[in-house]
Amino acid sequence: MQPEEYQQLVQENLPPRPIVKNMLWAFFVGGLICTIGQVVLTIAQNFERTKDEAAAVTLAAMILLGTILTALGVYDEIAEKAGAGVAVPITGFANTVTSAAMDFRREGFLLGMGSKMFVIAGPVIVYGILSGFVVALIKSLVLGLF
Amino acid sequence: MGNRLGTRTLTFSRGPRITSRYTLVGPREGKGPYALDFHEILADDSLGQKTAEKTERLMLELAIAKTLEQHDTSIDELHFLIAGDLLNQITTSCLAASTHAVPFIGIYGACSTFAEALGLGAVLLQGDFAEQVLIGTASHYQTAERQFRYPIELNVQHIRTNQVTVTGAAAAILSFADRGPRITHATFGTVVDMGLKDPHDMGSAMAPAAFRTIKEHLADTGRTLADYDIVLTGDLGRQGSKMLRLLLEREGFEGLERLQDGGSQIFGDWQPVGAGGSGAACVAVMTLGYILNALESAKAKRVLIVATGALLSALTVLQGESIPCIAHAIALEQ
Amino acid sequence: MQYLIAFLVGGAICALAQLIFDTAKCSSAHILVGLTCLGAVLNGLGLYEPFQEFAGAGALVPVMGFGSSITTGMISEVKRLGWEGLFTGAFEITGLGLAAAVVFSSLLALSSKPHR
Repeated sequence: MQPEEYQQLVQENLPPRPIVKNMLWAFFVGGLICTIGQVVLTIAQNFERTKDEAAAVTLAAMILLGTILTALGVYDEIAEKAGAGVAVPITGFANTVTSAAMDFRREGFLLGMGSKMFVIAGPVIVYGILSGFVVALIKSLVLGLF
Repeated sequence: MGNRLGTRTLTFSRGPRITSRYTLVGPREGKGPYALDFHEILADDSLGQKTAEKTERLMLELAIAKTLEQHDTSIDELHFLIAGDLLNQITTSCLAASTHAVPFIGIYGACSTFAEALGLGAVLLQGDFAEQVLIGTASHYQTAERQFRYPIELNVQHIRTNQVTVTGAAAAILSFADRGPRITHATFGTVVDMGLKDPHDMGSAMAPAAFRTIKEHLADTGRTLADYDIVLTGDLGRQGSKMLRLLLEREGFEGLERLQDGGSQIFGDWQPVGAGGSGAACVAVMTLGYILNALESAKAKRVLIVATGALLSALTVLQGESIPCIAHAIALEQ
Repeated sequence: MQYLIAFLVGGAICALAQLIFDTAKCSSAHILVGLTCLGAVLNGLGLYEPFQEFAGAGALVPVMGFGSSITTGMISEVKRLGWEGLFTGAFEITGLGLAAAVVFSSLLALSSKPHR
């Protein structure tokens, strides 16, 4: 059998993904995490001077939450059901950093944990900065901010 | 040629046998349907070691030590140690071998390593190059996950075709002593690459390799699937087994009811393991545990082991390569 | 009410990401990077900040908020400093979170081992 033929056969025989069930789980868990974030944001807005500061504190708190849940070993178990519901919120970002830190610690704090801590989260940081840069550059030129 | 049959198969007229064996599995495998067929079930998957890599190595060392004990043989009387595993540079096997002064042949066949070892051991015995050969392999869920996939605690939603690496170790001694099943044939496989690239569905990638090796083996020996009481594929998993059946049916093979699969069976339906188990230890513990018990208790007389391996690396996946696979067949007879 | 909106909006973003994951069969890393960049672009178009006003944490917490915050920081720094702001602004808002991630992760990694 030719490779193309076999690849076709494989595609035809893949088990279906439970798309609706996955979406519902992602919706509820993701929504719940954002609601927790809203609680923090509301509290922060009462204490901080500016909107941006309140936002920063909220992000930090959510990151701490993600880190703790990862260290407890439950974040990945929730992810099996919730999928994007735990990957998309910033808690997911924290999970990538903490899980990498926990995993690579055994190769030493310096060369293991230190160098690999952002192995999963790296792309988000790199492309966040790159896209932000391009957007901010264009906008600054358009608005004549330079 | 005296020891060759057909195009690819080797025969072992002198009758090398699996004369002692030991299997160790992790707690998750110990909760599966074949728990009673394994010699030892670990209470936890760390064995008190700081890293999973150390655990894997200790598991292999334990399996080797117990096999030697069973055979009432000391390591000096062994002529070769043939071992392999999934980790880079097969460090588990190399480090385990470093504790014994026996000529070490390190091999790599991914999850087909065990069959590769059985076949090579039989060749050494048949060719009068050895009288006693020790073979072994091990794998661990955490070490494989780290190397090939992701940090353990990372949020990953596994899809249905994903397989779970078996935590286990197995060792056996091949010799001419008067016990245990004979290794009658070995059909080493060629590498088969159908251009599949999804590392989350290795079963589908490996099925064509199993298909080709089975086809060649049956053609060379003049046998049919029904001539075997059990044809155990290593770890195709539920998805790979499905694809293998489709391939066999399309070419009119019969006797498909003899097909079983180590990966699909080692865990129970109640265990959340996606498409089933995988890993170098999977086919090893299922063969040395379940299959040899079946042969010993006369539930089966003749069995074909078809161990499958996906020859990818973490890098090849990232570099967009497809997944080449291999399957080796070993015929055992009581 | 604000809580309900955060729940619905945040949930919808996650559900959409899940749909893309299951149908387009791309990896989770691709989706996260895509969402981050989308957040940056929507921010540049002047859409994400009002969206964040409306949806609160529902827009801030998903990783799109991360990309948007990077852009907000850059623009605000450009207004303050000129072109250097493109670089100093990257972590103006997100810096707290990143440093927090490093510090908390290191602390917790010290005290726990991977499970299973």
